[in-house]
Amino acid sequence: MNRRLSVFNVTSLVFGFAFLYLPILLLVIYSFNASRLVTVWGGFSTQWYGALFRNQALMEAAWVTLRIALLSATLATVLGTLAALALTRYGRFPGRTLFTGMVYAPMVMPEVITGLSLLLFFVAVDLDRGFWTITLAHTTLTMCFVTVVVQSRLMTFDRSLEEAAMDLGAPPLRTFFSVTLPLIAPSIVAGFLLAFTLSMDDLVIASFNAGPGATTLPIRIYSAVRLGLSPEVNAASTILIGIVTLGVISATLLSKRSVLRSRRNAH
Amino acid sequence: MRRSFAPWANPDAKPLIRFENVTKRFGEAVAVDHLSLDIFEGEFFCLLGPSGCGKTTLMRMLAGFEAPTEGTITLGDQNLAGVPPYRRPVNMMFQSYALFPHMSVEKNIAFGLKQDGLPKDQIADRVGEMLRLVQLEKLARRYPSQLSGGQRQRVALARALAKRPKVLLLDEPLGALDKKLREETQFELMDIQHDLHMTFVVVTHDQEEAMTMADRIAVMDHGRIVQVATPGEIYEQPKTRFIAEFVGDVNIIEGHVQGQENGLWRVKTPSAEVPLTIDDPDEVLHSGQAVAIAVRPEKMVIQRDPPGPDAINVLTGEVWDIGYLGDWTVYRVRLATGEILRVTRANASRFVENPIDWDEQVYVTFAPDAAVILAE
Repeated sequence: MNRRLSVFNVTSLVFGFAFLYLPILLLVIYSFNASRLVTVWGGFSTQWYGALFRNQALMEAAWVTLRIALLSATLATVLGTLAALALTRYGRFPGRTLFTGMVYAPMVMPEVITGLSLLLFFVAVDLDRGFWTITLAHTTLTMCFVTVVVQSRLMTFDRSLEEAAMDLGAPPLRTFFSVTLPLIAPSIVAGFLLAFTLSMDDLVIASFNAGPGATTLPIRIYSAVRLGLSPEVNAASTILIGIVTLGVISATLLSKRSVLRSRRNAH
Repeated sequence: MRRSFAPWANPDAKPLIRFENVTKRFGEAVAVDHLSLDIFEGEFFCLLGPSGCGKTTLMRMLAGFEAPTEGTITLGDQNLAGVPPYRRPVNMMFQSYALFPHMSVEKNIAFGLKQDGLPKDQIADRVGEMLRLVQLEKLARRYPSQLSGGQRQRVALARALAKRPKVLLLDEPLGALDKKLREETQFELMDIQHDLHMTFVVVTHDQEEAMTMADRIAVMDHGRIVQVATPGEIYEQPKTRFIAEFVGDVNIIEGHVQGQENGLWRVKTPSAEVPLTIDDPDEVLHSGQAVAIAVRPEKMVIQRDPPGPDAINVLTGEVWDIGYLGDWTVYRVRLATGEILRVTRANASRFVENPIDWDEQVYVTFAPDAAVILAE
């Protein structure tokens, strides 16, 4: 196989990256723009970051978003992992097809419908809209993504490892915590980070279920943009991108660390 | 000392493991079919059979991963029904080794001991002992991914032995090793079993492996045991044609019983001009019965010169193929009936003048007691 970089390969790589990341890069660059006009470059400045941190409403929204993302991703990870275990481990049980369909439904359901139906549900049970309704809605939305990631890991999991643990005297629960969980942990972390980022940038479902007390950053940014572009929004978005990038990089490092550690032990 | 070990021949001996009328069904399929079997303490016992014969299922029932559909399994005085794998005094070495990839070699070996709640210093002592036993002291801190196939096999063995189980189960223990290593490991396993006075139950589809290691072999087919005997008995006195063909190479000559003379059976066959004379006094046969005569290739003699007029059991044919294996030469001889006989000859001397060549007319003979009669 020819592994050298041909002109064609390099060109497609550059175009691909440009297509994906140029708009984001532009946004990042303009967040350091001294000019008040979003589309005109007026020199380098970090003033909009300062303005952003002084903007009470935006900062509050960011804090709410972070809390919701952490909480809903945690809930989604626990539930999603359990669902993945049920789907891979309990072969056939009554209602399995229905269960599979229901777990994956939020993935294919239009977000507007999910958001609307959740809203109707929360109104019906008389739950005040705000922090908790968004958290629950995001858990519903992101759980299936955790299930998909964890399930695909469990499918390739060598069951004889668990049998070996039991054979050596570990009851099922201890087998799970000492053998199964450490081995599927990278996929669980990946699922968590996926859920976290999905919750961070969700606008549709959050805006259906938000209340007066809790507004998330995407909602705040969206409404700010409607009133005219503000460089502060660019700054806020850049920070958001930074957090997401950090999350992805740490997940990658996390899964690589075990390999590195075992290599180091060899010497 | 080892030679006299034969508890199965002693009617008063109490078996350690007893399968009584055990059946295992998976839906419609019958994996193990009304099987009864006794295994004695200190035995190196092999379950031998082609894939799908139920040998692995039998072992998994002993380990506790499958429950028998019918029948009982007892270990010592304990009925194993309903006893989960983690409460059985039985440990297993898995075919895939199933080493925990996130634990170092010593952690892998210590895993079972930790489950028993042994104090730390005792665990460390036992792990050290096991590492010495399998000669892996230097690799204690490595991870399974950094080991060769042979080293992994040793770790798996050490981990399964660490708890000093009453019975060690080994599922195709040498299947993943190359030929040289396999042979060495066979003898090592035998030494370890002998030194630790442990009962080993090995599942294998490799008859050579079974023959080398086992005190007794149970040959299985379609969920049933066809014969349980020592390797020598299995090879020299196979009960059925299936065993004769499955264990080692064999030539089968079909014919009909003509009668008995001086305690020797006369069998008429289209393969030979004169009826064959077979010394197999244990068989009870009647005239006209269809039988198969089984002769091992190394018990046949191939020669170019016609044997004398008094010679018995003479088959004539021409050399179809010659395979030189170094220690042996294999001749494939085609009879007039079209049957191919396999005859082997040890290459005892380095140079043979005028050796038998391809397409030559040859005579194949065998002694009356070299053959076994198998009733069809």
